[in-house]
Amino acid sequence: MSARGAVRVFLVDDHHFFLAGLRAELGGQFEIVGEAAEVDAAVDGIRRTRPDVVLLDVHLPGGGGRAVLEAVRQTHPEIRFLALSVSDAAEDVIGVIRAGARGYVTKTISPPDLAGAIRRVQGGDAVFSPRLAGFVLDAFHGDLTGVVDPELDQLTAREREVLRHIARGFTYKEVARRLHLSVKTVETHVSSVLRKLQLSSRHELTRWASDRRLV
Amino acid sequence: MEAITATQAPHQPAGGVQGAPRGSPGGASWAIIRSRDNRVLLGVAGGLGERLGVDPIVVRIAFAVLAVAGGVGIPLYLVAWAVSVEPGAAAASPAPARRPLARQNLALGMMVLGALLLLRELGLWFGDPIAWPVALAAAGAAVIWARSDDQDRARWTLAGARIPGNPVEALFTGRVGLVRIVVGGLLVAMGMGLGLANQGTNLAAAVPVLLAVATTAAGLGLIFGPWTSRLARQLGEERRWRVRSEARAEMAAHLHDSVLHTLALIQRAASSPEVVALARRQERELRAWLYAPPVPPEGRLRPAVEAIATRVEQLHNVPVDVVVVGDAPLDAPGRALVDACQEAALNAARHSGASLVSVYVEVEDDQLTGFVRDEGKGFDPEQVPADRHGIADSIRGRMQRHGGAATISSTPGEGTEVQLRMPRAGP
Repeated sequence: MSARGAVRVFLVDDHHFFLAGLRAELGGQFEIVGEAAEVDAAVDGIRRTRPDVVLLDVHLPGGGGRAVLEAVRQTHPEIRFLALSVSDAAEDVIGVIRAGARGYVTKTISPPDLAGAIRRVQGGDAVFSPRLAGFVLDAFHGDLTGVVDPELDQLTAREREVLRHIARGFTYKEVARRLHLSVKTVETHVSSVLRKLQLSSRHELTRWASDRRLV
Repeated sequence: MEAITATQAPHQPAGGVQGAPRGSPGGASWAIIRSRDNRVLLGVAGGLGERLGVDPIVVRIAFAVLAVAGGVGIPLYLVAWAVSVEPGAAAASPAPARRPLARQNLALGMMVLGALLLLRELGLWFGDPIAWPVALAAAGAAVIWARSDDQDRARWTLAGARIPGNPVEALFTGRVGLVRIVVGGLLVAMGMGLGLANQGTNLAAAVPVLLAVATTAAGLGLIFGPWTSRLARQLGEERRWRVRSEARAEMAAHLHDSVLHTLALIQRAASSPEVVALARRQERELRAWLYAPPVPPEGRLRPAVEAIATRVEQLHNVPVDVVVVGDAPLDAPGRALVDACQEAALNAARHSGASLVSVYVEVEDDQLTGFVRDEGKGFDPEQVPADRHGIADSIRGRMQRHGGAATISSTPGEGTEVQLRMPRAGP
């Protein structure tokens, strides 16, 4: 965080109109420390400016958002990424999350929701859209043959219940109230799901996502 | 020729045994129906082939041989044309494609042989040196080409949407195809050899030799002509298909990059709800087109649920978020759940005033669950307006008819959620 206390954000997107729109929307609430439109420039810029949060387009010329994630996380694992994309294809979503993004939103998200998601990621929590929650439930669904680590390769009943509520369109706050939990506990469950999603060796996960490869 | 027309009759019942419709009305059951799809000249050979249950190409070759041997084939063809009928009215009851039997092909071959011998006795004959080689070569051609077109086509279709990399290979790898080509080739070669040997080095017979060479060349053309033209066609189709799919991928990438982004921008920036709804609908349609699976998964639950969003957005301009977990065949209870979800979503879009409707459907092992939720004005379940009561009942009714249940929970000012449960039939 900067001295002024504003969250420092770096924007990576190869669509200049969209970038301009983001800058205008977020400029008032966040400190925009840099922008890039392709992989190499993004990696250099992020390493130089060390933002709190990177807003990362999934589709980028030169290797895609994953290439940026993988390069930066080797040298700066503390920098947090929120993936942003027009595509909500399963492979894209699961791909960037497994590469280390802490959340995923589509580009049609409303400006206040986007600002909220950036703050949440900056605070170390995970951002799950209903669709991402649905993907995760789908991916962790079904038989457990081939599961290596039961702790990592399946969801607990509670996590499943939290994800179901998110998939149904409830906010974290509403989920907490409905399940008689604190918001903090809901966030812990979601972060735990994120960790499983990133680390699970569950064989379905990769196959599942590639089965849903759409383009 | 009387003899040939007469021999058609005994073949009739044989056709009936194979399952062809017997005695079609109007007394046309005995008639040769000229083929509409399978015709080279007038469709006579095609019709005759269908009637006799042999490959039309065999019939064609038989006509050709009889024409070359003594010229009888031509009047015979005309007679057959005269006694056959146009496909028009009769085509209303098309005979199912019959499998040609080797026996029937053999029978036709015997008939031609008999006719040849008869013609030879009668003197309607160009002479042994020409007629026999031609007959042999023609038989070879018939062996090679009988049904091979159809079988190859069927094999290639069975191989899936994939176009075989090398059509020549595909033609030769078929075991039957190879045997057929070898046998046919031998017959043709024998015909050629016989033709040449008969003429020897007698210069006076130069004209018949040339004639024999010409007919052999014609036979070869008959053998390889269809093959090469088919090869060329397949290659051309493959190339066209590849060009098309490349163009499509390029266009999809471009649309994905530019148009989807523009539509996303409009949804974020536009102040008019109509414009936002329009952009959203266009985005959904474009996405459906871009990412459409090659084969539409008919009869599955997932696409049926996803279709709800399109319908509700079209009718009410309210965006609908659909999340589906799992998939299942769309049976009657599943259909009831999807319909109930759609009714609930339409209801929410119409009455709640919410800016978004969320639909969530999960396929569990023993049941289907559906949730339709809005953050609209809600209502007090104790004081339900009469119209909404009716809708709630119809949602419940749908579910209960298939053994399911519906719960509607709503709080004034906080929104409504319809919860649906439908037990699944055991696997």
